[in-house]
Amino acid sequence: MTKLRTTPAPGNPDDLYEALVDARRDLDEAQAAALDAKLVLLLANHIGDVDVVREAIALARKR
Amino acid sequence: MGFAYPRFEFRAPPELGARAPARHPVVVIGAGPVGLSLAIDLATRGRNVVVLDDDDTVSVGSRGLCYAKRTLEIWDRLGCAAPMVEKGVTWQVGKVFFGERQVYAFDLLPEGGHRFPAFINLQQYHLENFLVERARATAGVDLRFRNKVAGIAPRGDGVGLTVETPQGGYSIDAEWVVACDGARSPTRRALGLDFKGRVFEDRFLIADVRMTADFPTERWFWFEPPFHNGGSTLLHKQPDDIWRIDFQLGWGADPEAEKQPERVIPRIQRMLGPDAKFELDWVSVYTFQCRRLERFRHGRVLFAGDSAHQVSPFGARGANSGVQDADNLGWKLAAVLAGQAPETLLDSYDSERVEAADENILNSTRATDFITPKNEASRRLRDAVLELAADQPFARRLVNSGRLSLPTAYARSPLSSPDEGSFAGGVPAGAPARDAPLMREGKPAWLLDLLKDGFSALYFAGADTPPDAVTAIAALANDPTPIRAAVVSRVAQAGLPVPTAIDESGLAFERYDAAPGTVVLFRPDQHVAARSRHLDPAALRRARDRALGKTP
Ligand SMILES: Cc1cc2nc3c(=O)[nH]c(=O)nc-3n(C[C@H](O)[C@H](O)[C@H](O)COP(=O)(O)OP(=O)(O)OC[C@H]3O[C@@H](n4cnc5c(N)ncnc54)[C@H](O)[C@@H]3O)c2cc1C
Repeated sequence: MTKLRTTPAPGNPDDLYEALVDARRDLDEAQAAALDAKLVLLLANHIGDVDVVREAIALARKR
Repeated sequence: MGFAYPRFEFRAPPELGARAPARHPVVVIGAGPVGLSLAIDLATRGRNVVVLDDDDTVSVGSRGLCYAKRTLEIWDRLGCAAPMVEKGVTWQVGKVFFGERQVYAFDLLPEGGHRFPAFINLQQYHLENFLVERARATAGVDLRFRNKVAGIAPRGDGVGLTVETPQGGYSIDAEWVVACDGARSPTRRALGLDFKGRVFEDRFLIADVRMTADFPTERWFWFEPPFHNGGSTLLHKQPDDIWRIDFQLGWGADPEAEKQPERVIPRIQRMLGPDAKFELDWVSVYTFQCRRLERFRHGRVLFAGDSAHQVSPFGARGANSGVQDADNLGWKLAAVLAGQAPETLLDSYDSERVEAADENILNSTRATDFITPKNEASRRLRDAVLELAADQPFARRLVNSGRLSLPTAYARSPLSSPDEGSFAGGVPAGAPARDAPLMREGKPAWLLDLLKDGFSALYFAGADTPPDAVTAIAALANDPTPIRAAVVSRVAQAGLPVPTAIDESGLAFERYDAAPGTVVLFRPDQHVAARSRHLDPAALRRARDRALGKTP
């Protein structure tokens, strides 16, 4: 049973994407990677369900 | 002044020069913490045991130092915890630093009402000295130093051993052999058993230094401290003004060169500051592994402690889990030898302690992966956790510098009976007893003291306990495998035929989720076998028989 929501969330998608891009505008490779690591941790904790996180990992690792 | 290692004298065993090998019920190979604990346990249960050890002293140098509450409770049952706690350094607070900053502090035993502290630190040589003293004072333990097992021949009904001593060799025959002969276990090799797992590609410098310093009695762990380039560092206090320092060196380090005082001393000086005065007591360089035998029982040969499983020391699980093996095995072997349980009971030693070993290996592997990230990408994630931990409580919980040893609750144990009635929390079947403060005959006492003699039952009584009920459980003490009952009550009870303890604080009722009428049955290793909301002596007998491995 899948729990991860992949349907578009409500709200303006361009706002969401812009926030993610802006966050790294002035960062180099290493700083951006560090930022992403912290974001993953914060958001994973917010989700709070390891099964959802595992599903997301599986999708993200798909090539 | 360093520790004066005792030299245990060799005493010629009676078998030397005998024509036929003597037959013994149990031979334990190895007098480390595990073999000694097991021998004391078996003898306390009335079983004679021979312990063979190739050495003539206690553990040399820096090895185990942290011993956990549950292990102390086991040693208390064996009658030797008091001097350990008195000598040891008691601690329960740990601090974690990242770079210059403290990111996290934890308290391992935030709740009161336990006899023993979360942890004590004690050098392994002191620990073994106390165990040897206890073993020597225990009738039924035949402790033989400088008796090296050189050959082993397992048979269907026993095991033949050949032993070498300074005065020649002899043969000995055992119904059961327990190999407590350490990580390099010659017994494991002689039987050709696989010992599979992971080696961690890292090296650690372990230094014991003598100094008088006023650091608090806490466990301090640094990730990437300013004084030690790149690696983690641990500082921990031991008795006799000895401090344990672990430096992570990395896989590329040269173990021989790193051990030299001209390398070690400046390293420690950078950590402690230019004015610190200290002396090196012991220095060694280790690599660590996590691995276990596939099975801990091989016919009449059983494996316990490091011979059966090895973990990295982050989490202090080595000796702690080995002593818990001994705790699990002692009563089972004693029951089989006494004819009170079928041999197959020993298969539950295998299944329960394999479950525990897997839990320990999992915890220790996770800690090691946090401390030594396997690539740049995982280091970045680790560092992100540490950076967030300074302000974010959720990230503090992810910091893993070793999850310190807790006993395993045998969740899948074949020896457990299902709950009778419903419980919300408390101590489920398979889990170890939880201590609580009680009053007995007007004096402070501990709950675990009621669980020291074989199978025990606690009956949680209300104000108007029917005396018949208590008479019925008192009668269980007359069974061939007795169950010794005690009453725990919030209010005074007069004239009951079993020991009665008063739970003034209510902690015992709370910790067992008990209500008047609740009964909890404990195995001889103080793990819960069954619990019920009402007293039924026949059900208690069935649960005991199930815990003895008897099929109904
Ligand atoms: C740096 C370090 C730190 C550690 N820290 C901790 C900690 O904080 N807490 C913790 O719980 N554990 C810790 N450990 C682990 C702990 O030291 C071991 O888990 C523990 O000693 C295992 O006990 P054992 O009785 O199984 O084996 P051992 O202590 O190795 O004893 C085995 C015995 O068998 C004997 N023997 C071997 N071969 C034969 C033979 N052929 N005949 C007769 N006798 C034989 C040996 O002489 C030895 O006495 C640490 C280990 C290290 C290296």
